[in-house]
Amino acid sequence: MRRSAARTLATCLRVLTQLRHDPRTVVLMILVPCMLETLLRLIYAHHRASFDQAGAPLLAIFPLTTVFVVTSIALLRERIGGTLERLLTTPLGRLELLGGYALAFGLVATAQATIASALTLGPLGLHVRGSDVVLVVLAVSVALLGMGLGLLASAFARSEFQVVQFLPATILPQLLLCGLLVARQRMPAGLHALSDVLPLSYAVDGMHHLTLQPGAGGAVWGDVVIVLAFAAGALVLGAGTLRRRTP
Amino acid sequence: MSRTPGNRGSRADSRVVTGSELTPQRREETAAVLARDVRVRRGTAEALRGVSFSIAAGRITGLLGPSGGGKSTLMRAIAGVQAKVTGELRVLGVAGGGAAVRRQLGYRPQAPSVYEDLTVAENLRYFAAIRAARIDGLLERVGLGGQTHQLARDLSGGQRARVSLAAALVGRPRLLLLDEPTVGLDPLLRRELWQLFAELAGEGATLLVSSHVLDEARHCHDLLLLREGQLVAQLTPSELIARTGTHDMDEAFVRLIEQR
Ligand SMILES: Nc1ncnc2c1ncn2[C@@H]1O[C@H](COP(=O)(O)OP(=O)(O)OP(=O)(O)O)[C@@H](O)[C@H]1O
Ligand SMILES: [Mg+2]
Repeated sequence: MRRSAARTLATCLRVLTQLRHDPRTVVLMILVPCMLETLLRLIYAHHRASFDQAGAPLLAIFPLTTVFVVTSIALLRERIGGTLERLLTTPLGRLELLGGYALAFGLVATAQATIASALTLGPLGLHVRGSDVVLVVLAVSVALLGMGLGLLASAFARSEFQVVQFLPATILPQLLLCGLLVARQRMPAGLHALSDVLPLSYAVDGMHHLTLQPGAGGAVWGDVVIVLAFAAGALVLGAGTLRRRTP
Repeated sequence: MSRTPGNRGSRADSRVVTGSELTPQRREETAAVLARDVRVRRGTAEALRGVSFSIAAGRITGLLGPSGGGKSTLMRAIAGVQAKVTGELRVLGVAGGGAAVRRQLGYRPQAPSVYEDLTVAENLRYFAAIRAARIDGLLERVGLGGQTHQLARDLSGGQRARVSLAAALVGRPRLLLLDEPTVGLDPLLRRELWQLFAELAGEGATLLVSSHVLDEARHCHDLLLLREGQLVAQLTPSELIARTGTHDMDEAFVRLIEQR
C-alpha cells in the first residue's frame, strides 16, 4: 500500500517536473482562460446578464480542453518514446501511473480554475449565487474528465497531428450541444437526447445552477457526481488501452 | 573483474550445440531464463520461429545475429511486453511474467527510452523512486557524472543511450535485458561498458546483451546466435572459435551457418 502510494506520488512529481521544464505551457494554461474571460466581459460590456450566463460555463470548459490536450500528448509521447513500455516492465502498476497523472493534472487544473475563477468573480464581477468552492470542485471534476478523454484519444492516435484532431472531434460537438448556445430543452428531441449522454452538458448545467441558485444546491452536486462518473468511466476505458503486451 | 569472459566453456566435442560445463539438467534448474519452442507472431509473419535455450544465472549472454533476426522481439518477450508469445518461457523461475518478476528485472529497450524533458538526474530519480532504490554512483559508472543536470534532449546520442542504460541498472536488478547498449559508442566507451557488465555479472546479475556487432561476442560468457527467428547456436565464444577455426567473429558466424 505504502509502496504503491510512493510510486503514484513519484509519477505525479515526475509529470510536474516535466511541466516545470516547460514554463511557457504552464503560463499559457493559466493565462489563456483569464484572457478569454476578460474578452467575454468586454464583448458583453453592455449585456451584463449575458456575461453572467456564459461566464461560469466557460470556466468549466477551459480545464476540459487544456487537460485533454496536455494528457493526450503526454501519453502519446510515452507510448511513442518507449517510456511507457519501459515503465510497464517495472513494478509501477498501470493504475499507479494513471493516478500519478491524475494527481498532477488535478493540481494544475485546480490552480487554473482557482485563478480564472478569482479573476472572473472578482475584478470582472461575474455574479454567481452559488458557492465559489463548488465552482472550483466542478472545474476540477471536468479536468479529470479531460484527462480520461485525453488518455482514450492517445490510444487511438499514432502521431501528434492525429491526437490534436481529436480535440475538435470530441470536444466541439459537446460544446455545441451542452446548452451554452441553445438551451438543451429547446433543441430538437434527437439532439436533446444526445446531449443527455454527453458529459459536458452536465458540467454546464452545474455551472448554470451555480449561477442561479444560492448556496451549494443538491442539483449542483448531482452534476458534479455525473461528471466524475463520466471521468471515471473514461479513465477505466483508457486504462484498458494501456496494454502491457503490445504487438 | 572477477572472471575472464570467453574462456569458461569446455571445448565443443560433439555436434550437439550446447553451452558450458554444466549438464543440461543442471543448466535448466539454475537458468535465469528458460525457453522451450518459443514462437512470436508479429504482424503477418513469425518473428521467432520456435526457439529453445536457457540463460545461465550470473553470466553474460550475448544475443547476436543479423538485423531483423528477432533479437529485440526475444528481449521484449522475456521482459513481458511482447504480445502473441507461445511456447514455454520461464523468467527467474516464473512463467507468464508478473509483478514479482518485474521487481527483479532491468530492461533497456533498443531505442533510448528516457524523458527528454527531464534532466539526467531527474530521469534516474524517477526510475529509482519506482523501484524504491537509490542511484548513488550509477551515473559515474556509465560515465555521465558530468551531465547530471543536463536535460536528456540536450545530450548526444551516445550520452542519451547511457542514461537509458543507467535507468535499467537502477536498483540492481537480478536480470538485465540490454538491447544493443553499445551501439554507436566509441571503442573506449564500449570497452568500459563491457567492463561494467562484467562487474555486474561478478556481483551476481544475469545479463542478456544484444548486439549485431558479432565482434562483441568476445566479451560474453555464452552466446545465442539468432537468425531469421531461429536459433543458429547456443555456445561459448571459445566453442565458436573451436568449431569454426577462426577468431574473426564475422567469419565464424558465416561458417557456422554454412556448417548447418
Ligand atoms: N511492430 C512490429 N510489427 C510487425 N512486425 C515487426 C514489428 N517489429 C518488428 N517486426 C518484425 O519482426 C522481425 C524481428 O524484428 P526484431 O526487431 O526483433 O529484430 P532485431 O534482431 O532486433 O533487429 P535489429 O538488429 O535491427 O534491431 C523483423 O522481421 C521485423 O520486421
Ligand atoms: Mg533490435
